[in-house]
Amino acid sequence: MNPYIGGLLSVMLVALGIALIRVRDLFATMALLSAFSGLIAVLLAVLGAVDVAFTEAVVGASISTVLLMTLLRRIDPREVVRQGPLARAAALAGVGAIGFVLLWGIDALPPFGDPQSAPTRHVAPAYIERALQDTATPNVVTAVLADYRSFDTLIETTVILTAAMACILLLGRKP
Amino acid sequence: MTHVFLAATVATLILAIPYLGRVIAGPTVFDRVVALNGIGTKIAVLMVLVGLLYARADMFVDIALAFYLLNLVTTLLLAKYVKERGGL
Repeated sequence: MNPYIGGLLSVMLVALGIALIRVRDLFATMALLSAFSGLIAVLLAVLGAVDVAFTEAVVGASISTVLLMTLLRRIDPREVVRQGPLARAAALAGVGAIGFVLLWGIDALPPFGDPQSAPTRHVAPAYIERALQDTATPNVVTAVLADYRSFDTLIETTVILTAAMACILLLGRKP
Repeated sequence: MTHVFLAATVATLILAIPYLGRVIAGPTVFDRVVALNGIGTKIAVLMVLVGLLYARADMFVDIALAFYLLNLVTTLLLAKYVKERGGL
């Protein structure tokens, strides 16, 4: 990953994250979340994870914005509930603890793009070698997702369809 | 040629910063909607530029197209929301 692109993106993402915490208007929060997801998608594309970037761009930046806006239509966007100091201190402590654990775990991750790391030596080479002749699909991730794991993907789609139908049945009435 | 694409990517990223500032600060809803649409345009261009940097533009063009189409839908729905709210 190029240091200029990665550094600029990281600075922008941190600034957006701080703004997301500080902002009090719900419409602004929704807009900032959409921009944040878009930049995360660019970061994932820069890291080479094209499919994750695609999902993040479509679901994170677009669909969830539409869903949040559908929610905002039913409530007052300027409604602000301030938590008490004790609840805010507890939230800060919880977030700090999770952040510490995550930063602590970074040490155990293999270096970025290391071909000798454990996940890339297990079954990945077999899939990379055989995917094209097995499935005739040039993209390995698509081959795994839509061919080797096709039943999993099919049932996942069924679950999402069922959930969407249940949501429409429960919430679809005009208030 | 890679240097050209790299410079274009960094320049597009820098160009997105004023839009981000407008989304963060922007006093009215209209500022935020227009700035969000602008960021969407920058992200679509960035996707293609990253694809050109990695010499795999064919895959990244798909992301850029899908993202930009959905970005248009999002902006239209936001505009509809603002209209329903009566301007805000």
